[in-house]
Amino acid sequence: MGFLRKNNSQLAGAAAGAGSAANAAGAGAAGTAGANMAGGALFGGGALDKIDTWYAQSAAKNAQKNKILSILLRLIVRIGALLTATTLVFIVGYILVNGIPYITPSLFEWEYTTDNVSLMPALINTLLMAGLSLLMAVPIGVGSAIYLVEYAPRGNKFVQLVRTTTETLQGIPSIIYGLFGMLFFVTALGWGLSLMAGACTLAIMVLPVVMRTTEEALLAVPDSYREGGFGLGAGRLRTVFRCVLPSAIPGILGGVILALGRCVGEVAALIFTAGSIAEIPNLAAGAAALFDSTRTLSVHMYLLASEGLHINETYATAVVLLVVVVALNLLATFVAKKMNKGDIDD
Amino acid sequence: MHKLHIGENLARALFIAAAGISILAVAIICLFLFANGVPAIGKNGLPDFLFGSTWRPANDIYGIFPMIVGSIYVTAGAILVGVPIGLLCAIYLSRFASSKVEAFLKPGVELLAGIPSVVYGFFGLVVIVPFIRENIGGRGLSLLAAAVLLGIMILPTIITVAQSALDAVPKKYYEGALALGATHERSVFRVLVPAAGSGIMAGIVLGIGRAIGETMAVIMVAGNQVVMPNSILDGVRTMTANIVLEMGYAAGMHREALIATGVVLFVFVLMLTVLFNLIKKRGEAK
Repeated sequence: MGFLRKNNSQLAGAAAGAGSAANAAGAGAAGTAGANMAGGALFGGGALDKIDTWYAQSAAKNAQKNKILSILLRLIVRIGALLTATTLVFIVGYILVNGIPYITPSLFEWEYTTDNVSLMPALINTLLMAGLSLLMAVPIGVGSAIYLVEYAPRGNKFVQLVRTTTETLQGIPSIIYGLFGMLFFVTALGWGLSLMAGACTLAIMVLPVVMRTTEEALLAVPDSYREGGFGLGAGRLRTVFRCVLPSAIPGILGGVILALGRCVGEVAALIFTAGSIAEIPNLAAGAAALFDSTRTLSVHMYLLASEGLHINETYATAVVLLVVVVALNLLATFVAKKMNKGDIDD
Repeated sequence: MHKLHIGENLARALFIAAAGISILAVAIICLFLFANGVPAIGKNGLPDFLFGSTWRPANDIYGIFPMIVGSIYVTAGAILVGVPIGLLCAIYLSRFASSKVEAFLKPGVELLAGIPSVVYGFFGLVVIVPFIRENIGGRGLSLLAAAVLLGIMILPTIITVAQSALDAVPKKYYEGALALGATHERSVFRVLVPAAGSGIMAGIVLGIGRAIGETMAVIMVAGNQVVMPNSILDGVRTMTANIVLEMGYAAGMHREALIATGVVLFVFVLMLTVLFNLIKKRGEAK
């Protein structure tokens, strides 16, 4: 019964769980024994041997075919993963290699001129813009997630509507947000191309991100925390803020960092809402500074790339953008790890 | 006690108001887009606007058919490039990778998702476009360049969604396949992948949504000519590109036609969202 051994070793070789391989072998052995017995009853001993060799041959052929298929499948899966990894390394590597030599102090000067395309104003504007939009999106996003998880009755029509609209918001491309921001904040509200119009547009864009992550973080908090709060006589509000929110904070923070990343990288939503003036808003003017036109780092990079006059500076700007994004990514991973540790402590 | 009640009710009202903002946002986005875009479609006539093949704002001729075709071609190309690689990578991450490799590849995929689209676009402009121009032909700024670049950009979406769908398949499916004598590879491809089908489809639909809505990266590599492409080496203009390229100087009817382009794109995306929900619901019903 050579084929049995072959099948067997192949199964084991495919790194199957030892238990299931043994199971399969057992079932196979029983089956063959039955076949042999039937063979013995119908044919003489010689015929039985013939059938056995024939079985062994076809099984060996099958096993070989299976082996080739397995190797092929393993190979293409590896290729897929390898292509993804190579693409990432190539993109990041290419930008870094070409950009790092051109990161010079002059790139970080306070004034932007057509000769020295300093990215400093854009960098500061990015911080202002992202900060301002998160200032709006985070309280609203966290508030609505608290309502959905902690307050809303199950199967409520209002809740369903909120979920549907959040999903819709998440699917809308940024250029549509840009168009809307231009029609609503810039034109209808008369804010003009401004920091404020851009920040409001971004706030709506990242709202679903903050909402979804906060919702997940709140859902992950065990019910015993809530019961504990209620048991001590706290009202719902106090329970939410003292018992539930603190342990959900790492998850919420992760969402905020994701949202920040989207704000930093956004171009299409900002070109027609915040404009492209490469100056730091006149902060001395107070609230009026909110209505100055600004360009963020990504918009700055897009304009440099499409002008095509300062390719080296464009590479350098791309490096700075990448560094910001990677830093945010690492921060998010770090925060997520911290959250996982918190789970084990429970 | 009474004071506490007021506080509680006030808080509840505030949370409800916050939750209502996303409804409000969708409502005013629809209102403003449709109010500003639909009149232009009406003036041109819907068939002429959607299926007219000439876009000549100077002569007040607005047909966005080449742009619709451009968007569809570019998205289809991105799917052709991105889905096989993304799906294989997801299968690898879910069932083949050692924990060491996963510890490197997973953050890598997240980083790929975090790279801003301008950086992708610039990379396409300085690497993919010259490569196509020198090795394949044409001007380089082409449908092919946009499809390859978008294929890369939708990778993380497809990988993340497909991997979580694969991870969610019950363990007994895999064990059952092994017990029947199938090899590890066979069990994964013949049992796990079909079982995760609706999750994988949902990932693909999300990827389509991302590809059709992508703007800046496409503008930088697609060439942006308003003509029907005859080959994958021809330039194309997508709906998104049309809006950004001309909005800066458009006025009057031209501006309205651009907003109407946005409306058409918006309707496409809404249909994708509905499709996504249908797939997700069917998956849950199983």
